[in-house]
Amino acid sequence: MALKATPHITQNEALVFERSQTGRRGYRLPALDVEETPLDELLPADVRREDDLEGVPELSEPDVVRHFTRISTWNYNIDLGLYPLGSCTMKYNSRLNERVARIQGFANLHPLAAEEDSQGALEVMYELQQHLAEITGLPGVSLQPAAGAHGEMTGVMMIRAFLDARDEAGVEEGSQRRRSVMLIPDSAHGTNPASAHLSGFTVKAIRSTNEGLTDLGHLRELCASGDVAGLMLTNPNTCGIFERNIREICRVVHEAGGLVYMDGANMNALVGVARPGDMGVDVIHLNLHKTFSTPHGGGGPGSGPCCSTAELEPFLPVPRVVREGEQFRLDSARPQSVGRVKAFYGNFGMHLRALAYILTHGNTGLREATEAAVLNARFIADSLSDTFDKPFASPPMHEVLFTDKRQSRKGVHTLDIAKRLIDYGFHPMTIYFPLIVQGAMLVEPTESVGRAELQQFVDAMKEIAREAIEDADTVLNAPHTTRIGRLDEAAAARKPVLRWRPAEKTAAA
Amino acid sequence: MLHALGLNSAEELFDSIPADALLREPLKTPAALSEIELLERFESLASRNAAARRPSFLGAGAYSHYAPTIVDSVIQRSEFFTAYTPYQPEISQGTLQAIFEFQTLVCQLTGMDVANASMYDGSTAMAEAVLMAERVTRRSRVLVSDAVHPEYMQVTETYVAHAGIELGRLGVDAETGRTAFDDSALDKTVGAVVVQSPNFFGCVEDLKSLADRAHAAGALLVVVVTESASFGLLRPPGACGADIVAAEGQSLGVPLSFGGPYVGLFATREQYARQMPGRLVGVAYDREGRRGFVLTLATREQHIRREKATSNICTNEGLIALAATIYMTTMGRKGLQEVAAQCAQKAAYARRRIAAVEGFSLPYSAPVFNEFVVRAPLEAAGLLRRLASEHNVNGGLALSRHFPERPNDLLVCVTETNKRSEIDALVAGLREVQGSRFKVQS
Repeated sequence: MALKATPHITQNEALVFERSQTGRRGYRLPALDVEETPLDELLPADVRREDDLEGVPELSEPDVVRHFTRISTWNYNIDLGLYPLGSCTMKYNSRLNERVARIQGFANLHPLAAEEDSQGALEVMYELQQHLAEITGLPGVSLQPAAGAHGEMTGVMMIRAFLDARDEAGVEEGSQRRRSVMLIPDSAHGTNPASAHLSGFTVKAIRSTNEGLTDLGHLRELCASGDVAGLMLTNPNTCGIFERNIREICRVVHEAGGLVYMDGANMNALVGVARPGDMGVDVIHLNLHKTFSTPHGGGGPGSGPCCSTAELEPFLPVPRVVREGEQFRLDSARPQSVGRVKAFYGNFGMHLRALAYILTHGNTGLREATEAAVLNARFIADSLSDTFDKPFASPPMHEVLFTDKRQSRKGVHTLDIAKRLIDYGFHPMTIYFPLIVQGAMLVEPTESVGRAELQQFVDAMKEIAREAIEDADTVLNAPHTTRIGRLDEAAAARKPVLRWRPAEKTAAA
Repeated sequence: MLHALGLNSAEELFDSIPADALLREPLKTPAALSEIELLERFESLASRNAAARRPSFLGAGAYSHYAPTIVDSVIQRSEFFTAYTPYQPEISQGTLQAIFEFQTLVCQLTGMDVANASMYDGSTAMAEAVLMAERVTRRSRVLVSDAVHPEYMQVTETYVAHAGIELGRLGVDAETGRTAFDDSALDKTVGAVVVQSPNFFGCVEDLKSLADRAHAAGALLVVVVTESASFGLLRPPGACGADIVAAEGQSLGVPLSFGGPYVGLFATREQYARQMPGRLVGVAYDREGRRGFVLTLATREQHIRREKATSNICTNEGLIALAATIYMTTMGRKGLQEVAAQCAQKAAYARRRIAAVEGFSLPYSAPVFNEFVVRAPLEAAGLLRRLASEHNVNGGLALSRHFPERPNDLLVCVTETNKRSEIDALVAGLREVQGSRFKVQS
């Protein structure tokens, strides 16, 4: 009989629950060093667990390390190469910053330790606030929000609180109605309307022009309604284009009595070159996990600090980190604050990494990174504009938008191009976003890639375009080189299986 | 490359930015530091965090637990920490399978049916649970126990400020330390009762009875847990009738790190799965029938539903959820129980020793896990300062931080990392500070 080989286990690693073997263990604790209290005296039986944690796996240390190492090899990652997700800024994550975050004096510091015993940590936060204020041109900074969407929510809640305070003080007769409309361009990320809704606003969409810019005429029209609380704008926008009318946009919103919130997702195009505060923006959130290189970690942790004008500063979340002489302390006595948005002070470990990033780049390094990020996107735009439809003519900032218009005539769509790119060794770009462009492909190379690799990406994209014409099936069935093929996501959503259960229980159900 | 693109200078890259919006001078950020200088700088800052070097009995939402070395080692693999959200499943199966395992482990610990891929932390998980309870019940009042972590309550107040939800409070019994209220508080407008167990004062709540009372009024029971090590010993909220569990997972292998990043655990019953906030990973198959994992039920989420989404959350705490997954897997069925038992045993020892010190008492009678309130014969904040400066120990949290009317109460937390000698030193310190006080007075 012929020997039937099976793929190495690394390609077929089971779930930890399926690997479990009774009696194995991967830890050892010191023996209990106090007199043992009988269990019934410790806790009455009716509040104790009865299930002996059934189902929780039992594995040895090598079992655990091999398990997670094996499944890790199924991931693409920045350290492997270009990860050109538009509006996600997948730049290199320095190991030095990881080392800084693991210094015991930070890693082992309890958030409720006395202020005098945690001065170093408070100084880190204060110093980072100062740097972010300088970079954005907005002096009020809170590091508390835990991610971009959390920062958005905080920013628009600040707008709500500011308007309520102002309109209450003003008591304009006949204008008793609370301003309730938040204007958001139709190209915006979905978190923008979701955050506005969470903050009690009604969302109205602003159209984009055929140049990919915010439609000023439509903005004026919407502002004329008199109910406008503000505008949430991403700049450069999600088409990768700088909103060149930004000052006029801010002026129109301000004249209508509203405030301008900027989504800082695309700040990697601006650091050291231009500052939102100088453009008329009132409040912005930054993504430390994008622009300031803290690792994305497969979906977090992020960190989404809010930076605001001095006028909005009283509304920032509490507690604030403030300096008094040589001492740093936490200040919660801010009666106009929107309140607390997270327990403790934000994702401090990310604050450390971002500060390390800023300090190791310095003023010239920050600008150089921005220049390289834009230059790289420009190179891709130039190199691929003959091959792929580029819906907007303007030269892009740090990310460039293409569509599948030409390829879709042959039945090859954005999803297929993205999957085929995997076979060429690249992570796909952001796809089907922004929503205003059909078959969008948003490419953001970042500064962390050299020309040779950019050229390889360009070559791969051109090759896929050729395949779309000559060998469409290869593209339509991609990827061909991965452990598994395209997964049936529709079926997964129809009958969701969201957890593992022991086999016999599944059978019984 | 500039020239290849027909540009003469880097400035031309920014031609689309109007001149009056460009920076006219360089940022005032200082010049770049080398690696050696940077490390010196941060080591020096870290050395000013004296609290990080002392034996500690601080808990109150952040706990010192032992994490096996492999937890931090494995999460530093490039494949995990430098990957993005797994939007391309074919090349993100490592992250997706780990999240699926995380979801399952959270279900097993909490005793619930489904769990999501994580929230920012316990406090935002509680806020999202309150918003979800309103969606499920369409009732606009939510009653929160006074024994819920005060910072969690503040976060929830911020989150619901514009959601049309009214937050009411439920008192704490002065004798037991448990949440206490009259059933008349539960009228038809109440969508949920929110309690924490073990609660902020360390007392284990009678969840079964609270669930029965909430359900009798048509309300949900939301259970908040700040100390996830307790799952190894205490009856899980799911087995007591909880509808939503919002927990802080920091105890599961995550360093204190001055308050973050941590990881919020969020779990509920099967029938509410589509009302959950946040990402969910589910099983999917490819054309060859091979099992894989994908992000699923995305129609709840902001990138599809925009303002109608169940939450605005996008990035969550992926890598910290992974750390917790590796921790739970390494400790395993036995280790999670052993950690919990050691915490409870050492806390019981500390309670006995402290209660025997003249002038100190334990005001609450309810069972505790590893945290408890101590009533001191002197002002707690001053006592703790002296313990730190004279006895080199972080003795706990002065409750006056949140409850000014309780100047003499402190919250003490004991975990498996506290050696008997540390507990004895704490007790000796309490005795000495108390004794020296009488000397000064006499």
